[in-house]
Amino acid sequence: MSAKKPLRVGQLIEKNIKWLFPLPTGVFIFLMMIFPVLYTFYVSLTDWDMISGGLISFIGLDNYINLLKDPRFFNAVKLTLYFTVLAVGVEVILGVFIALVLNRDFRGKNIVKLFLLLPMVATPVAIGLAWTLFYEPTIGLGNYGLKLLGLPPSQWLGSKAMVIPALALVDIWEWTPMITLIVLAGLASLPQESFEAAFVDGASRFQIIRYVTLPLLRPTILIALILRCIDALKTFDIIYVMTTGGPGFASETLNIYAYNLSFNYFRFGAASAALVALFTLVLACNLIVLWMRKTYEM
Amino acid sequence: MVTRKHSTQIIMITVLLVVVMSISMLTVGAARRRVTIRFVAANHPFTDVIKPLIPEFEKETGIRVDVENYEENQLTQKLTVEFTSGASTVDVFMTRPLQEGRLFYRNKWYHNLNQYLSAPGWDWADYPKSTVEAVTLNEDIYAIPIVTEWKTLFYRKDLFAKAGLKVPTTFEELEEAARRLHDPANDMYGIVLRGQRGAAVTQFSSFLYSHGGDFIKDGKCVIDSPEAVEAFKYYGRLLHDYGPPGVTNMSWPQAQALFASGKVAMWADASVLIAGIIDAEKSVVADQVGVAIFPAGPAGAKPFQVVPWSVAIAAQSKQKEAALEFLKWATSKTMAKTAQLGGLTMARNSVWNDPEIAKHIYPGLAESARLTGPIAVPYDRPLMTAVTEARDAIGEVIVTAIESGGKADLASLAKSAAAKVDVLLARAGEGPSK
Repeated sequence: MSAKKPLRVGQLIEKNIKWLFPLPTGVFIFLMMIFPVLYTFYVSLTDWDMISGGLISFIGLDNYINLLKDPRFFNAVKLTLYFTVLAVGVEVILGVFIALVLNRDFRGKNIVKLFLLLPMVATPVAIGLAWTLFYEPTIGLGNYGLKLLGLPPSQWLGSKAMVIPALALVDIWEWTPMITLIVLAGLASLPQESFEAAFVDGASRFQIIRYVTLPLLRPTILIALILRCIDALKTFDIIYVMTTGGPGFASETLNIYAYNLSFNYFRFGAASAALVALFTLVLACNLIVLWMRKTYEM
Repeated sequence: MVTRKHSTQIIMITVLLVVVMSISMLTVGAARRRVTIRFVAANHPFTDVIKPLIPEFEKETGIRVDVENYEENQLTQKLTVEFTSGASTVDVFMTRPLQEGRLFYRNKWYHNLNQYLSAPGWDWADYPKSTVEAVTLNEDIYAIPIVTEWKTLFYRKDLFAKAGLKVPTTFEELEEAARRLHDPANDMYGIVLRGQRGAAVTQFSSFLYSHGGDFIKDGKCVIDSPEAVEAFKYYGRLLHDYGPPGVTNMSWPQAQALFASGKVAMWADASVLIAGIIDAEKSVVADQVGVAIFPAGPAGAKPFQVVPWSVAIAAQSKQKEAALEFLKWATSKTMAKTAQLGGLTMARNSVWNDPEIAKHIYPGLAESARLTGPIAVPYDRPLMTAVTEARDAIGEVIVTAIESGGKADLASLAKSAAAKVDVLLARAGEGPSK
């Protein structure tokens, strides 16, 4: 019960204040972000599974070697990349195009922006269910639309060839607006001088877009691209809700594959290895995009 | 620097604390006498029957029951995660013997029930032998069967009458009926069966057995036998030629919805699913549902009849006595009767022999149960621990069979599926004994 102690504590706090204040954040980041990644990596080196029911033992890289022997893994990597390239590719082109179209003053611009937000704020599971109905081959609107256009009906999610494009279309519907909004913000912040100079030099509208707007927008588009790539590579909800990876394994992306390994097959070691592979893939894709940015923006 | 004034204050505070704490201890003691158990159930008609009756049990015994229910796969996941953590508070749970029985048994998550079976009034002898076998591993009885289900053919009476068709009794007649009733231009499809990868396997099983095939023989997967390949071909052709579009994404909810909306003429699936197609609120064909015994293939009619659901006590439960009370109540004869009258097909013999209950069973259903019993195969999926992964491997062959109308090279696909299942068997120590 000495009266000195609180004083000492006070001094201690004051001395180390630059460590103390970020400490909660540091602890949080470690517990919630760094620890799970490290733990997943650790589990990926063990044979933890519920099927053999034995003790957990360290098996080195065996899980990774088995992964490389599993055709389902390569199928999953291929589908993940296919889905991402298709969805994000269309999203970026379409998103930038819509942003350029919207980038002028007209009545009801804010209402249009509001409508653009709607797909993004909807619940993914609800989106999945609504689109599943849309794609229903017998009573769905999708085939009704094709019929009106005089086209033959499609099996949509029921066909191995169509399922990834059909899922990508949902992603495109949901996330193109995000690119549009980011690009619109970017457009608003562009310096006017370059446009005036181009205009004075007699550049056509197309030339202005091609040689002034787009190059100036490149950093913005790259940011949008990175954000979308990370998300698209990890897409889980809509695929799980709409196909659970089917028909067969035709839409089993890496994330779905890892989910099956862990929560359906209870092979946690193997699932962690698949997740580390997904982590690497996401990282690699973003490093490539960043590298492109450095190289082309000299 | 403690003054006298301070010390009196401290004494007063201490006294106050002691008083407050002892009062709270007393209330804790009183609450402890009222036991609460946690019952984790599936989204299943049985849960719907039992839930409203739980207050009666609570009043009778003084045991409080907290009920949670989940979709079946989520239930398995939930239980696995909780039991793995070792900090589970689950006392009683619903479990699927064929799907997760071996997995949970192997991990010692079931409390052994052998010692309680002779409890007075429970009447263990009332359970048919096949249902008892379904919940027994190494002579340990780890759960109490609730319901049974068997492969049944549902058909549209009106369409059959209009076309002058009789109910199919062989696979040829089944295919012929599907062909005659298939009219996609008018949104009518001949037959629907499950086509979704893993989900299809249980319903494919009866076609497999009736072709003379099986999943596993002496610890080896025999899904690549010539009989099995014939079964894949038949199943694929039937659904490709006379099935609805998008069938490779269909499990029972989609198939049931399609039948209930009057768009298919026949549907073969588990008997329990009749509830959704004879309910006039959910089905536009509620008054036209015919129930038939599964038709015969080249090796005769071999429909499955299984115990899809049972109730067990968790090995980690700290309140096994209360859990046992609840288990006995939930699986009692009275409860079985209530559930049977509610449209379920219960495992106990007594509910089938009671003429009063028989009056309430849907026409044809009791008959199909009686005829299926003696010829039934007691499993509808490979009997192994890694059953989910095995189902996915076999299901892949089914999907390709449907997509190609049975024309793909199914023999070699079946061979690689069998090899995958063999690996799983070996990994779990269930391979061929030397």
